Amino acid sequence: MSSETAMATGQRTRGLAPFLRSQMRNIAPFLTLIFLSGFFAFASPSFATLDNLGNILTQVSVTGIIAVGLTFVILCAEIDLSIASIANVTGIAVAYFTLQESYVNIANIPLPGAVAIILSLLLCALLGLVNALGLTVIGIPSFIMTLAMMQIAAGISALLVRGQIAYKVPSLITTLGSGSIGGIPWIVIVAAIMLLAGHLVLTYTRFGRYVYMVGGNREAAEYSGLNVKLILGAVMVISAVCAGIGGMLGVAHFGSAQQNEFDTYLLDSIAAVVVGGTSLFGGRGGIGNTIVGLFVLGVLNNGLDHVNIDSFLKILIRGLILLAALVINVYAQRLREKAAE
Amino acid sequence: MSVGQQPILELQGITKSFGGVEALRGVDFALYPGEIHGLVGENGAGKSTLMKIIAGVHTEFSGRFLVDGRDMHFRSARDAHAAGIAMVHQELSVAPDLTVAENVFLGNQPTNALGLVQWRRMAREAGEQLARFGIDVDPMARLGDLPIGLQQLIEIARVLFSGARIVILDEPTSALSPPEVERLFTTLRRLREEGTAIVFISHFIEDILLVSDTVTVFRNGRKVAETASAATSKGALIEAMIGRGGEALEHSYTDDLMLPQPSGSKVVLEADQLSLSRSLQDVSFEARAGEVLGIYGFMGCGQQELSRILFGKLKPDSGTLAVEGVPKIFASTAAARRAGVALVPESRRDMLFHQEPVYKNISISILDRISSLLLKPAQERDIAKRQVDQLQIRPPVVGLDLGMLSGGNQQKVALAKWLTYPPKLLVLCEPTRGMDVGAKNDVINIVRDLRTRGLAIIVLSTEPETVLSLADRILVLKRGALVREFKNEPVSKDRLLEAA
Ligand SMILES: Nc1ncnc2c1ncn2[C@@H]1O[C@H](COP(=O)(O)OP(=O)(O)OP(=O)(O)O)[C@@H](O)[C@H]1O
Ligand SMILES: [Mg+2]
Repeated sequence: MSSETAMATGQRTRGLAPFLRSQMRNIAPFLTLIFLSGFFAFASPSFATLDNLGNILTQVSVTGIIAVGLTFVILCAEIDLSIASIANVTGIAVAYFTLQESYVNIANIPLPGAVAIILSLLLCALLGLVNALGLTVIGIPSFIMTLAMMQIAAGISALLVRGQIAYKVPSLITTLGSGSIGGIPWIVIVAAIMLLAGHLVLTYTRFGRYVYMVGGNREAAEYSGLNVKLILGAVMVISAVCAGIGGMLGVAHFGSAQQNEFDTYLLDSIAAVVVGGTSLFGGRGGIGNTIVGLFVLGVLNNGLDHVNIDSFLKILIRGLILLAALVINVYAQRLREKAAE
Repeated sequence: MSVGQQPILELQGITKSFGGVEALRGVDFALYPGEIHGLVGENGAGKSTLMKIIAGVHTEFSGRFLVDGRDMHFRSARDAHAAGIAMVHQELSVAPDLTVAENVFLGNQPTNALGLVQWRRMAREAGEQLARFGIDVDPMARLGDLPIGLQQLIEIARVLFSGARIVILDEPTSALSPPEVERLFTTLRRLREEGTAIVFISHFIEDILLVSDTVTVFRNGRKVAETASAATSKGALIEAMIGRGGEALEHSYTDDLMLPQPSGSKVVLEADQLSLSRSLQDVSFEARAGEVLGIYGFMGCGQQELSRILFGKLKPDSGTLAVEGVPKIFASTAAARRAGVALVPESRRDMLFHQEPVYKNISISILDRISSLLLKPAQERDIAKRQVDQLQIRPPVVGLDLGMLSGGNQQKVALAKWLTYPPKLLVLCEPTRGMDVGAKNDVINIVRDLRTRGLAIIVLSTEPETVLSLADRILVLKRGALVREFKNEPVSKDRLLEAA
């Protein structure tokens, strides 16, 4: 015990610089967030208001819900490119199973709300399971497998709506997607709950530990007798279900279900996870990082609307910020490896 | 080492600490051209740390650093390389995804006028270099596909023929078979004649005495002795290393050792006619409760593959396994673990999580026993602490990242992870590789204790000493086939080598 305390003080006397260097992955996104917020607050009087904070929170909610599952995937050093498509098809499915107004020209199958929701959830879980099987049983790299799934899910969406737009979804989904309680939008609350749940699972459960260990060193996880394939499979299903929930609420939030509605969410979700500092090499990071990443993205998107710049330039700026985050992400990994040498 | 000559490298008062831990305290070290300088010391004594300072890996330390009498401060391994210093690290540092030839030429591939790599020339020259060193391998093979011992040889060859004036070898022989060690020594002697200065770290004290001119002993971050090899003995070195009498600690096994009568206890594992493409042919044996079965053979004899099959990591082409009479085909390592089989592979890189703390490394394979849903970190730490104390892992801090432990202590962690809930069958590959004499002794005692508790244990090793010190019964594996069984009869190092 005495040596344990000696060690602890030893680490404290180690100085700030090495500590900061090892925490680079967590600190850099946070500094980016503070810098961006400061910049926009200075540049536009309408940015730093309580109302606008509410806007930002609402704007990142759907991305946040999708990013929960993606965080698990990236922690395992895999990727899921099908999340936006799965979100889209799930949103369309829940509308497909709901009675639409007579002018909507879709051959849909109206079912009671609860059934519609359950069927839609089953659909996204099933698509996630296909990803999981492709990855673990057949051994297709997740990058390729989920690229194929992206097409498959888009294809199912296309078949369901056939170029039309549906508007109605079950009332529970409508409430959660576009209602609010005490001035707080439900969708923000759902996102917060899901992020919290993701964090608790990753930090406090055995499964969460396995996710980190598989991401940290897959070979070692296997030599420790972990069922690596089961863990990877579970993670792919979790990702698809989170995407599906995001898709259903998103459809209610936007007020319509149609093809290609979620396309931008793929990049946004990946960006949120990676900008937040979760390592692309797996094993490092977490939901905390994803939350910071979401805010960076949200502040950036929202702030750019408050200042007067060319809207086409905004796209470029977003790209550059993402590149900077990737550089930091890879660089932080190197620093850590160096520190552990 | 001729008196009056100028040292090619001189270190004065080197002190280096990691956080609060002092790894080196005021070490002086001099190296002369044309000498082989042996370095010994317990796990964690600071040998690798000193060598990494010389090789420019650790750049923050205090003390003087002179090359050819001039003060130097390396900022990177590249600087050290430019100064003519090359090192074989204790942890393999090859690039598994590159070809053998690329690894040999790492960083300075031959290119043509356009800057394109000359593959054919590179492959030919790499092949020639390796052949000079007695390695016969396809230069275009992916390095990661070769057995670990061969990878180690290739890395050694790369460093030896890099033209460096100072060559550092940190436990280079741990995965080599006796003939390969012999070849390495011949090459080292030749390099010495050419004026190269060589540092050689090993826990095999006989090897150190055999090949080196000078020996330096480290203990606890300090240099405690430096003598001419001719003027010292194994016992004296061990005593200097651990600070007490060491005669009883290490056998040399040149005399016959009597293996006991087989116990006839319960068969825990039965392997029947295991075959795997070119690696194993019709391997059949059984492992019994309360018995240590040694499997000895040269590097590449199929041991590695056999151990992987026992743990469900590889599937045999044909043949069956039965655990306690129940036939099993392990679909995964998880299935093998559930059936009560545990494996400690020879490579720490494969077995451990370097960026995670020690306690997580120890608890990972038993998490499902201590928690169903929620983690119990306090309990994990307790369990880890017990193992750390029992195996005397240094430093005894379970919260430290594994990567901060010395090589030998990491090896102990790899064993510790299976000991809290002992399995029915424990398969150990090179269990004492990289361990100092004291630690080897600890492992021997632990294995014996587990045997008395009724475990079936299989020890696979390319070191005759390891097998001889542990096994009750010994099988010799040669080119994938079992060629000899020693039981209830005298056995010695020579007899084993002869059979292999
Ligand atoms: N990167 C690091 N961070 C923190 N501590 C370290 C680091 N590297 C080494 N140490 C500590 O420094 C001490 C000396 O380690 P070193 O690797 O030099 O031992 P060694 O003599 O090579 O032992 P072995 O025979 O086990 O390889 C040990 O206590 C080790 O835990
Ligand atoms: Mg070492």
